[in-house]
Amino acid sequence: MITKRIIPCLDVKNGRVVKGVNFEGLSDVSSPVELGRFYSSCGADELVFYDITASAEGRKLFTDILTEVASTIFIPLTVGGGINTLDDFDRVLKCGADKVSVNSGAIRDPDLIPRAAERYGDQCVVLSVDVKRVDGVFRVFAKGGRENTGMEALEWITRCVRNGAGEVVVNSIDTDGVKKGFDLPLLREVRAAVKVPVIASGGAGSAEDFVTLFKELPDIDAGLAASIFHFGEVKISELKMMLKQNDISVRI
Amino acid sequence: MLAIIDYGVGNLFSLASSLSYIGVESVISSDPEVLRRADRLILPGVGAFGDAAKKLRVTGLDTVVREEAAKGKPLMGICLGMQLLFEKSYEYGEHDGLGLLPGEVVGMKGRLSDELMIPHIGWNALELKSSSPLFKYIKNGDHVYFVHSFFVPGDNESTVATAEYGLSLTATVQKNNVCGCQFHPEKSGEVGLSILRAFCEM
Repeated sequence: MITKRIIPCLDVKNGRVVKGVNFEGLSDVSSPVELGRFYSSCGADELVFYDITASAEGRKLFTDILTEVASTIFIPLTVGGGINTLDDFDRVLKCGADKVSVNSGAIRDPDLIPRAAERYGDQCVVLSVDVKRVDGVFRVFAKGGRENTGMEALEWITRCVRNGAGEVVVNSIDTDGVKKGFDLPLLREVRAAVKVPVIASGGAGSAEDFVTLFKELPDIDAGLAASIFHFGEVKISELKMMLKQNDISVRI
Repeated sequence: MLAIIDYGVGNLFSLASSLSYIGVESVISSDPEVLRRADRLILPGVGAFGDAAKKLRVTGLDTVVREEAAKGKPLMGICLGMQLLFEKSYEYGEHDGLGLLPGEVVGMKGRLSDELMIPHIGWNALELKSSSPLFKYIKNGDHVYFVHSFFVPGDNESTVATAEYGLSLTATVQKNNVCGCQFHPEKSGEVGLSILRAFCEM
């Protein structure tokens, strides 16, 4: 059967990883290539590179570095950040990305997901959505979680999947950074609403949080995190051993 | 020199990079002369079977692939490229493949239980069914990365490895010099690179 995926997410600015990984044995803690190789060697099932650059020069640096990553690391790569047009899809896919993650771009242009899915296939299009409770209702936030779009999250996610998003990354703003575990109530609702892989993001503070995620919600496909991996609080190899000991199917 | 057959489907960057990474010189080409001179061939492929089969026919590369395979040149199909080695596919209609291996490609839809998602996408374990030179550096249970919605049933006579996804599907085929992987070796980490390396020694 398909294994549960563990996915580290790396923020890249001007071709360098911000919040560099704090590990011994890495000569350059901000090099996407070195970090990608490191995570790949310790069992990451997929890598997400998120381009947080604003400038055109930064974009160029990002695609250059992505090409280098993709020619040395042979696991699936997902790229997000600044994906607003089909040209953006084309730009990162040509550099060796396997999947492209859209967030604000899909909110601004409702045709982006259907057109990308038609051209590159559903499996290539990942919807990333930032969700926060407002007066007890799950709402979609845009611009890195700063702006309430007013859209109801489940309705938005369902619509995007119907339009061709082949996978959904659900990032809970409420649990993000709190390190007390993933947002299980939100994830449960999303899981029940769509029939594509759902990736949990936001809130993991320990390896146990991943065990809880996959035990409580066995149909969630993957767990994504950033800083707990980067700062060595959770080591992916140890996390996977723990998942295995808890009878959760993983690639060791 | 290994040649990756370029017939206008899919992005060949990762495949070429993975070969370069394991020290194998390769060329991406649609030139029949280059393909005939190569000492082994890889037939890649993403997208729909009918469309890809048509492109192979229109370019005349189907004949080149059949003739080179008949001479005993090692040939590996990857993903849709593996499916094209078979006689027929039922992906959106009925389409003829290269017919180098006996058998048919069928859809998962209607054959899988409702709770399983289509496409079959992610890391799944290989069940090695019979010995193959492709398995020189890997072991039973190793994981590889799949993305597909159509498949060759696991009981095919050329199947040497299967994967389980509510049913048994063909993961690897091999019959003499003709072989193929339903999964993406160029996206399957060390295990995938090891399979490519073994193919290059075949």
